[in-house]
Amino acid sequence: MTIPLTWYLILSGSLFTIGAVGVLVRRNALVILMSIELMLNAVNLAFVTFSRQHESMDGQIFVFFIMTVAAAEAAVGLAIVVALFKNKSTINVDDINIMKW
Amino acid sequence: MLESLLFVVMGTIMIVCAGGVVFQKNPIYSAIFLIQTMVSLAVLYVLLHAQFIAVVQVMVYAGAVMVLFVFVIMLLNIDKIEEEMGKDRLVYQKVTAIFFGLLLFAVIGIVTLKSVLQGTKGEYTPEKISEIGNTQLVGKLLFTDYIFPFEIASILLFAATIGALILAKKGLKE
Amino acid sequence: MPNVFGESFLDLIGFVLLLPLAGAVVNGLCGKRLNTSVVGYIGCATIGLAFLISVLVFIDLLRLSPEHRLFEKEFFTWIGSGTFTAIAGLQVDPLSTVMILVVTGVGFLIHVYSIGYMHGDEGYYRYFTYLNLFTFSMLLLVLANNFLLMFIGWEGVGLCSYLLIGYWFEKKSASSAGKKAFIVNRVGDFGFILAILLIFVTFNTVDFTEVFHSTPEHLTTGSVVATAITLLLFLGATGKSAQIPLYTWLPDAMEGPTPVSALIHAATMVTAGVYMVVRCNVLFVMSPFSLTVVAVIGGATALFAATIGLVQNDIKRVLAYSTVSQIGYMFLACGVGGFITAVFHLMTHAFFKALLFLGSGSVIHALGGEQDMRKMGGLRKKLPTTYKTFLIGTLAIAGIPPFAGFFSKDEILLEAYTKGNLIFWGLGAFAALLTAFYMFRLLFMTFHGKSRMDKDVEAHVHESPRNMLIPLIVLALLSAVGGFLGLPAASAINSFLAPVVGGGGHIGGVDGGQAHHVSQNLMFSMMGLSTGIAVVGIALAYLMYIKKPELPTQIAGMFKLIYKILLNKYYVDEIYDATIVNPTIKSSFFLWRWIDVKVIDGFVNGVARLVELNSEALRLFQTGFVRNYALSMLFGGIVIIICALFLL
Repeated sequence: MTIPLTWYLILSGSLFTIGAVGVLVRRNALVILMSIELMLNAVNLAFVTFSRQHESMDGQIFVFFIMTVAAAEAAVGLAIVVALFKNKSTINVDDINIMKW
Repeated sequence: MLESLLFVVMGTIMIVCAGGVVFQKNPIYSAIFLIQTMVSLAVLYVLLHAQFIAVVQVMVYAGAVMVLFVFVIMLLNIDKIEEEMGKDRLVYQKVTAIFFGLLLFAVIGIVTLKSVLQGTKGEYTPEKISEIGNTQLVGKLLFTDYIFPFEIASILLFAATIGALILAKKGLKE
Repeated sequence: MPNVFGESFLDLIGFVLLLPLAGAVVNGLCGKRLNTSVVGYIGCATIGLAFLISVLVFIDLLRLSPEHRLFEKEFFTWIGSGTFTAIAGLQVDPLSTVMILVVTGVGFLIHVYSIGYMHGDEGYYRYFTYLNLFTFSMLLLVLANNFLLMFIGWEGVGLCSYLLIGYWFEKKSASSAGKKAFIVNRVGDFGFILAILLIFVTFNTVDFTEVFHSTPEHLTTGSVVATAITLLLFLGATGKSAQIPLYTWLPDAMEGPTPVSALIHAATMVTAGVYMVVRCNVLFVMSPFSLTVVAVIGGATALFAATIGLVQNDIKRVLAYSTVSQIGYMFLACGVGGFITAVFHLMTHAFFKALLFLGSGSVIHALGGEQDMRKMGGLRKKLPTTYKTFLIGTLAIAGIPPFAGFFSKDEILLEAYTKGNLIFWGLGAFAALLTAFYMFRLLFMTFHGKSRMDKDVEAHVHESPRNMLIPLIVLALLSAVGGFLGLPAASAINSFLAPVVGGGGHIGGVDGGQAHHVSQNLMFSMMGLSTGIAVVGIALAYLMYIKKPELPTQIAGMFKLIYKILLNKYYVDEIYDATIVNPTIKSSFFLWRWIDVKVIDGFVNGVARLVELNSEALRLFQTGFVRNYALSMLFGGIVIIICALFLL
């Protein structure tokens, strides 16, 4: 018995929701970055599922590129967190409001 | 049967671990939960006949990216910092966020169940993929049809490296 | 027509334009870093080479038969829009050749003179840049083969005139004189551009050759359109050539350096209007009314400016009014149909007026900047070369044979009599009398009599350096012999220029063979009469300024009112101020204080204030908490998905 592909999508949806909630409730910039990774992974799962459903490789290729972007995003994001911490000694996103007028 | 069992077990582990990522106070635990989430996800990829993606998931995500995270956590020594942040100034944020989260989940569920899995089928049936080999197929596509995005991706990574370098360097001045 | 070099020199015409432009670019961009002498050499060499090429072009043109003396070189289509095309092209014909010879020849001498005159000035390179740019624009003006390109040159010389009048811009009077020249010229240019538009509407082209060839098809003699076009063109000419009613800028333009006055405000630019009228003679012939207007304005200006010149004390201002007066002569000639004579006088005038200006510059230079003739006198001994050349120039302008001015002025008077009427002749003759008088008054007050100089000025009086004197001598030679070109018997210039005005029909025909139509008796009696007039003027001046120096004051005392009016230049400047300038300023103040500040600014500020108020309120949404923004984003995302759900 094979699993209906819809289940995978539901699973992807729940993963995405958890990630989104993580971004919203946490104040630690690092954890927010991790939550973003969760959301990206949820999207990847959806892509692979679609790839399987439509019997095409495009979805998997897309996942490959998303991973590239995620790696780049993690690198830059973490560099920003490090720079931020060195300057303001905090990674609480609520304290990062100097752009507010 | 084994497939279903694997799906249920890995799905459960993944959801629980994702919850752990979000709700753990200590970021190092969050990171470890995230690694587990990604590994479970890799298993699901295998179930979906995407072996290459599964391997890359483990190597790039669970390996490289997460090492970066853990390294930064260690570097900044912020494992206890959440408690020091004090009380949340946005009082209703948590409630609203969870409410919106549930709403989002509901909407995604409706969309999924209602309409998504339709459309024409492509040429790569599971049999054909296993005949050629998943990795070989991905490689061939990357270097033929997707060569241009592939090159762009390399530029993106290069730019990200330089950006990260400069940002980190600036921070060291203080 | 090929020559020894295998091809025609006419093809080189582009270089006549290019060289001064190149000089201006090099001096303008690198002049500050270059040695001053190098700057001067660049400035002179480019014009000198342009002159040489002009001479070659002239020689080549002479080898062609008179009917074929028209060479057009088209470079590229400048504007092409629908039926409208303007081609950037040059036209070489006898008229433009005469003009480029005058412009580059006199221009070269004045450039050489400037090296000495401007020596040690701070903006040396700026001066030569402007001067070269001016030469370029002037050449473009005379070489253009269509009205629009001519207008570019026309505006270019206006710009350079403005820049050079205000060359010593730190002096308030100089900068405002520059502005005045520019603004007054705008009035004329407005007429010119309207004329160009009208020409395009009527002829559907702005090309000279096409317009003039198709004139009989498109215009009937005396039609309203012909009159409108020519009057508008003439309005442009009055602005550029300082005629009534737009002459007021020229006397003020004397604030510029003297060589500039010589080049721009005597020899070349101010005669552009005359050139333009002559160029368009075919059109002017179509409108007898316009011709009458031209003649009346020209004659009136000749006399009017001459009367003002009688009492001015600034040496350069006298010359300025004399220029206005002489250009009036040229227009008088044009107005009665003597287009060739006008060009002839233009040429001789360029020689002797440039000479007079440069001579006065030499005097001013020697006296350390003094321009008031009441503080000169007795300079004959101290500046012998300047005196001799200046005397030749004065004799030439006064119309004493055999100097250049005699032939051209005599011919104008003859034309005015034979083709016009006695009134025109009377205007011209009386102006000639006044000219002879005030020019010799200038000469006597400056060079003769007792010295009225300040002691310390007198001690430093010195003859100018050689590079200033040589141009004077060359110009003096030209002023002395230049008139023989138009000797009635030989009449070289008449037959040379005849093809240009020949296309126009009857008047051109008369012009070409004028010598045959006028009886010898009349001609010689006219010559005698005009010489007599000049001699009377000179004698009067001699009587009043050498013999009895107390006479002028007595006469001024007798005719107090007239003297005062003349001294204040008929109060024209004041009248213009009261009727045009001040109302304009006042209404501008009104527009500024009320319309601009209150209404327009009020509206703009009101909009800004409204936005500000709204922003103050909307600002509250920007909490500064990233998580709030993220929440909004998520909310927006959900809304979009729901919308998609229901819509798809």
